[in-house]
Formats: sequence, structure tokens, C-alpha cells
Amino acid sequence: METSAAARVHPSPREILDSVVIRFAGDSGDGMQLTGSQFTTATAVAGNDLATFPDFPAEIRAPAGTTYGVSGFQIHFAAHDIRTPGDAPDVLVAMNPAALKVNIDVLEPGGLLVVNTGAFNKNNLAKAGYEENPLDDGSLDPFRILAIDITKMTLESVKGIGLGSKDAQRCKNMWTLGLMYWLFGRERESTVRWLEKKFVKTPKVLEANIAALNAGHIYGENADLPHGIGAYQVPAAKLEPGQYRNISGNEATAWGLVTGAKLAGLEIVYGSYPITPASNLLHNLARLKQFGVTTFQAEDEIAAVSAAVGASFGGAIGVTGTSGPGVALKSEAIGLAIATELPLVIVDVQRGGPSTGLPTKTEQSDLFQAVWGRNGDAPLAVLAAATPGDCFYMAVEAVRIAVKYMTPVMLLSDGYLANGAEPWHLPDIDALEPFPVQFRDDPEGFMPFMRDKDTLARVWAIPGTPGLEHRIGGLEKQQDTGHISYDPENHHMMTKLREAKVQRIAKDVPKAAIDQGDPRGDMLVVGWGSTYGAISQAVRMLRERGRKVSHLHLRNIWPLPEGVGDLLRSFGSVLVPELNNGQLVKLLRAEYLVDADSLTKIAGQPFRISELVEAAEERLKRSLQ
Amino acid sequence: MSPNPPKKEYTRKDFSSDQEVRWCPGCGDYAILAAVQRVLPDLGSTPENTVFISGIGCSSRFPYYMNTYGFHTIHGRAPAIATGLKLANPELDVWVITGDGDGLSIGGNHLLHVLRRNVDLQILLFNNQIYGLTKGQYSPTSQVGKVTPSSPLGSVDQPIVPARFALGARATFVARSYDTSKRLPETLTDAHKHDGAAFIEVLQNCPVFNDGVFDLITDRKTGPAYQLWLENGQPMRFGANGEKGLHMNPKTLTLEVVTVGEEGITEADIVVHDETNLSLAWMLTDLPGVVALGVLYRQPGPVYNESVTKQRELAKERFGEPDLKALLRTGHTWTVV
Repeated sequence: METSAAARVHPSPREILDSVVIRFAGDSGDGMQLTGSQFTTATAVAGNDLATFPDFPAEIRAPAGTTYGVSGFQIHFAAHDIRTPGDAPDVLVAMNPAALKVNIDVLEPGGLLVVNTGAFNKNNLAKAGYEENPLDDGSLDPFRILAIDITKMTLESVKGIGLGSKDAQRCKNMWTLGLMYWLFGRERESTVRWLEKKFVKTPKVLEANIAALNAGHIYGENADLPHGIGAYQVPAAKLEPGQYRNISGNEATAWGLVTGAKLAGLEIVYGSYPITPASNLLHNLARLKQFGVTTFQAEDEIAAVSAAVGASFGGAIGVTGTSGPGVALKSEAIGLAIATELPLVIVDVQRGGPSTGLPTKTEQSDLFQAVWGRNGDAPLAVLAAATPGDCFYMAVEAVRIAVKYMTPVMLLSDGYLANGAEPWHLPDIDALEPFPVQFRDDPEGFMPFMRDKDTLARVWAIPGTPGLEHRIGGLEKQQDTGHISYDPENHHMMTKLREAKVQRIAKDVPKAAIDQGDPRGDMLVVGWGSTYGAISQAVRMLRERGRKVSHLHLRNIWPLPEGVGDLLRSFGSVLVPELNNGQLVKLLRAEYLVDADSLTKIAGQPFRISELVEAAEERLKRSLQ
Repeated sequence: MSPNPPKKEYTRKDFSSDQEVRWCPGCGDYAILAAVQRVLPDLGSTPENTVFISGIGCSSRFPYYMNTYGFHTIHGRAPAIATGLKLANPELDVWVITGDGDGLSIGGNHLLHVLRRNVDLQILLFNNQIYGLTKGQYSPTSQVGKVTPSSPLGSVDQPIVPARFALGARATFVARSYDTSKRLPETLTDAHKHDGAAFIEVLQNCPVFNDGVFDLITDRKTGPAYQLWLENGQPMRFGANGEKGLHMNPKTLTLEVVTVGEEGITEADIVVHDETNLSLAWMLTDLPGVVALGVLYRQPGPVYNESVTKQRELAKERFGEPDLKALLRTGHTWTVV
């Protein structure tokens, strides 16, 4: 970041900073995700805008001390509006040598490094691959170091409470959190309250955690910190007035589905098979039975989607959630819902692929699978959420389109949105437009595949309705009657009809609009999904430099909204950054015959703002030559 | 589902759709279809509340011929789709129609889980020991040595015993019949009465690819010697004059076929059928030289869809009326002014 805290830090009490990026890193058993999320809550309370990025290994408890077992949590908070968890940390908290090894390369020179010297023993150094102790060999000289034996300090702070040594050591994340709270002027209260809830049944553990938290804070208050390290303050950001909470993408998706079903007047049947990073969608929905949600933990991905299809046949809104490998398994059943024209919502929380790929890392490589990945000509609607909070609105929209057009809708999220958190301005539920479903109940003139002439959606007649008994299935069917038909012309016509129905959705969603910048210029950066924040900040920077660059962000991937072609043709060049090997770019080239340029990153990590700025600058320069 | 359902006496005709039946001439499926259409009015079923769900295969065309709600789905997945339907509307009377390939090969996993969950369904598995719709390959119930286009030197696969599979999956109702049996409606009635997943294997003749494979059992002349019709609480006797029976060999703990009146065997030596005895049911699935028909096992257990409904009611009691606004405000919120 250009607005690095480190660059402007000098010793003085509570220096005012505009924005800070902190990365907490430790063993996957060190409780770094928890520490990070607590710091997030306290930061929200302090009124900063913020964005977070949890980054953890696929192994639940990788061997202690190894580099592949390092778990990280990055938080970016500021006195102004921000949209990404930050390119590089200003502050790195390294709980052991492996965490240092994995993360030190991204810490800016002059950055603040907090290390737990207590973990820098021979054994841990060897496991991390250090021949010499980096704390002694001068390799960390470019950084400002706060080297503390946190292990020892923690054990001292909980002495006398009567915990075993293992449990006592576990409190070191709270000690560290206490110190960080002091350094950045955060209140401890939200964490104390949280601890009281979590450890209500183990009073000793509760006492120890609070003691460690306080001890870390007191250490900060009293310690004579090394030269160049002081206490900082990041003033509250000016956010739009209203009520806020922190929200992760998977929470927002779950709540959006429930809200969408309520607006449709339907109950939800959510079929799912546990898969990273979509599992907590199932967990979130399983807690909401009182909202008319039935969750079904199926025997496999296929049963999960099949149950959802069966539920939609029965008059509920069938929903299934998964990640890329699960979508692959569900493809045939999704095709059945397309052929029988039943509503269905499929949430794909994307992760690195192919095959098992990178389960805990983020990627946007399921776009082709979403749009094209089924046998036959099998169109459905594809939506993509841009931010964690946007998952709520897109989930509502997915339900709306599914029931209005009697079609499966695929909602694309990803690991970064699912696990990342941001302050979310709570929506006014009463202001959301209901879209109540009307089941057919009149036998007069009824045919199962008769259609609404505007939407082309077929009627939804559910079992239990007298006089409307009918059969549906995956075999090609005759228009209107739904009888099995092998007639060549009928199949041609039905294929065109199914396509036309999905294309009608384009008239029912907002026209493509520039998110930032002018409607014409030198370069249009087109993004989709979770890259919204990074692209938005990059375009802002480029525009501040006077570049004629604009940002278009697509939430409707299929059908593409109206007006995309005109916008693409209004710019000298088009750049499509994606966390895949170039998928939206090919879709745009195929649909609009434009010379769109691709910027790919397939590293399991989100874009850095600087990467996007550099790539855009380089291409702008090239086009001027 | 309408508030005042019209009182109507339904007949077989009310359950027959207007679609031309397209199974091969002589297919056992015709007889099963007729039995189902005939029995439904007697069960008090109504066309609007009855749903037939099938997978893929010859048997799975069944729903098209029923004037009820129907869903011809994808290969092997009918049990999962039926489960979702029961979750959406537990009031519906749902029948699953599957075959030996659909239910035990590609859909084996779903059949396993629908049985162990005990979803309230009737599951009819048409077993013809062959793949019909794909033109005659051996199936998971084909006997070893079966010569087919995909096993020109004879199949080397060991066959599965459907009823044994069902018991292994903790099915609470397992029955067996055959396509042309006069007693098929009776077995269907028993299945329909059962709360939970009722599994019925129906031996079914495929006249084109596996003709006559069950002839010894189903033929009017030879049949009585091979058919053991089970009656709960009655000694397990069979044969043209009921002269044969099943005797428990206490040394080997197996059932043996004996003749009453020979070698000192009396009525008292014949084992009495107990539908709730799992060990007995297991032995009845695969007997030497005779086929057990009727209800092999019936032991009611918790019904999945009922448990799910109960939990939802419990959640409402515990958490109160749903309030979206409150949901969005769970946990920590703050106000920016």
C-alpha cells in the first residue's frame, strides 16, 4: 500500500494513521482466525471501515511448526472507505518461525514485526527450514521488531488460576490480542463479552483468557517499547448513517436465501453435502428451521441437488450449495431441472481447481462450468456476488429469478467472499419488493407446459392439486402438453424456447452500468465476482493519476445484461482481470466480438491493487505506442 | 389438498393415464401396472395426492401410465428426489419405481440411504436380472455365468440379493412378490400401510432379454413347489399341498427344507414366521430351493420426514416466531450517525 502506516510511523504516543493492514500468522492450532475475527469486531466498534482475508491451510491440524500448517488472518482498517483487505501488511504478527518464514516476504521494509520469541527454539526453527535464527542473523534489520517471549508472558499472566501448561499456553493468542488492542487503541470489551459466552461452562479457562488479554494490554501500557514503535490510532471512517454489522459471504447468502423465500412465500429445502468452503452455508441454514427452512445433509452431492429438485416439484424452493467439484457431480440433476423447468438455486462457493484443487483457496474458475457445464443445450441463469454483503442481495435475486422464470439459477460466490468479512449496512427488509408465487390451481385448460407469454415460464402446478395431475420427466416433451416427443422439429423448437426463456431474464435485470468512471474512455476494466474491491480501488487510483479508465462489474453473468456490448465498444481497450485462466474474457469475446484483453491470476489468492494498477498502466502505455 | 375434497369413489380407470403403454409385448411390467392401478382405489388413494417417482430404465416409464402426479427423473436418483418431495410436502403419498440396474447399480447409494433414513415411501424394485433399455447387458442381480453382449463368456460378477441389501440398510419393511402374482395387491397394501420406507422386490420377467428366468417360481404348475408365502405367526409351509416347510437346524443355525410327515417331522418342527425377527428375515432372503414371498420383515421405526417436521416445530417453540429483522441483527451491531 502506498498509504503504508509503516512509512509514516515515528515514536510518539497515539500517532494518527489513515489506514493499517495487520496480518496475524501462526500455527493452525494457535487460534489466529479467532484472534483476527475478535480484532475485526473491536475494529468495527471503533468505527473504522474494514475488510478481512482469512487464509488457512486445508489440513485441520497440520503438524505443529511446519510452514504448510501456517494459518493467517489479514485485516485492513481505515479512517475512510476501503474495499479490500490490503495488498501487503504494515504489521505482521508471527507466532512462530514458520509463520515468519511464510509471511516475511510481503512485509514492507520499515513494517512492524511482532514475534513470539518463545517459539523460536531449535526444533521450530528447523521445522520452518531456518538454519540460523533469523532474530539473530540480521536478516530482519529492515523491519521494526517487537520481540517478546509471548509464551512466557502468557504463562506468567495465568499462573495461579490452576490450568495445565497446555491450556495455559493456549491463551497466548489472547495475550497477543491484548497487546495489539493497546497498540491500535481498540477496546477489550467486545472480546471479554465473547469470551464470557464461549467459556461459560469452563470458568477457569475464561478467567485465564481474560487475564492473558489484560496482561498483553498492560504490557503495552507499561513497556518501554523499542525506538520507532509507539501507539497508534486510526480515526473512525465516515460511513453512511445507519445500523451496521460485520458479515461474511456465507452468512449473507444464507440470510438472503431465507429472505428470498419469504418474499416468494415459499419454504426452503436446502440439500447439501459438506464441502469446503460451502459447508457453513449448511450450518447457517440448519439453525434457521423456525424460518421454514429444512436442511437435508444428503449422502452425496447428487442426492443433495436431487432432493432440492424433488422439493421444487413439491412446491418449495429447492436450494443446493456446494463448491466446484460438487457442481460437477450435480450437473445431470441440474439438467433435469432445466428440462422439467423447475425452479432451483445452486450456490457455487468457488475454490481452486481442477479436481480437488486448492480447497481452502479462492478462485473464479467455475464460470464456464456454470454457464456451459451440462450435457445438451442447457441454459440457466448465472449470477455472481461482488462483496460479502452483496451475497445477500444476489441470493434474494437468485430466488426471484428461479421462481419467476421456472429455471435453475446458479449463484457464484467464492472462498474469499465466503470467509471474508466487511461492515454491512443492514438492509431495510420492508423495502424489498415481494414476489409471491402463484401456483396453478385451475384445471380449466390446464397443460403442464403452457407458458406465460411475457416470461415464457411454464405454469407451476404442484402435487396435491386436484384436477392437475400430470407427469414430467427428463425426456424431451411436446410444447404445452408435456407428452414425450421425439419429433425432430419439436426438439429444435423446445431447445430454442428454453434458451429464449433464459434470455428474457436480461430484460428483467438492471442494464449494464459503469460502476466508476465515464461511459467512454481509453480503457474499460470489466470484472465479476469477488474482484470487485481490488478492481474498484485500482481504477480509483488510475483515475487519480488522470487515466481515462472506467470499471464495469458484472453481477449477471448469464444472460448478460443489456448494454454490455455498447459499453465495451465505447472504450479504446477492454481489460478483464479474473482469478482464473481467462473465462469471462472468452465469453465477452464470443458474445460481442470485441478484442478484450485478459489479466489472469491463478494463485489461490485475490488480486493485489498494485498488480491491477501495473497491468493497466502497462497496457495503456502499449496502446499509446 | 383442497379444503373440501369431493367425495368420490375411485376406480382403476381413474388411475390410468391416457398415454399408450409402450413396454414390449409380454413384459411383466404390464401386470405390475395393472395391480397397482387396481389396488390404489382400495387403499383410499386419490389421484391428486399420489405421486410416482422413477429413475431410468424400462420400469421407470411407469409414472407416465398413471393418472397421478409423476416424475420420470434421472438414473438412480429417484429415492433422493422422492426424499426432497416428502420434505416439501409430507402429506403426499409417494411411490418410487425402480429396477435392478437403476436401484442397485447406479442408484445403490441412494437406495441405501433412503432405507436407513426410513423416509415414508413405497419403493417397488422391478427385478428382471437384466438391463432391458440398453439392450440386454448383465445387471447387478444377474446370475454368474450369464451370457450377454457385455459378457460373451458369461458374467463373472457376484449378484446382489435385493432383500438382503435392504435389510443391511436397516429397512423397516421388506417384502417380495412377482409380476403376475395374484397376491401382489395384498403385498402392495401391506407396504402402503407401513409408516416409513417399504421396500418390495418384484420379480419381473423380461421376455426379450431374459425370458423365463423366474419360470420355475412363477409357473402355475411348478410354482407351488418353489413359492413360500409368508404369514406372520404361521408355520412356514409350502408345496402343492403344503407338505413342505422350513425347519431350523440347531447345529448349523440354518433353515432347511423338510417334508412334514417324513423322517419324523411334524407341524411342530416347522418354524413360525415372525415378521419382526431380523435374523429370520435375513435367512429368508436367500433360501435353498425355495423363494420366500410376502412380507419378510416389518418392524416400524422412527420415520424420517416425521422427525424432520417435529424438529421444525420444536425450533419454532424454542426460538419463537421467525423475525427476519431480528435475524439480521443477531450478534454484534452498531449504529453510525
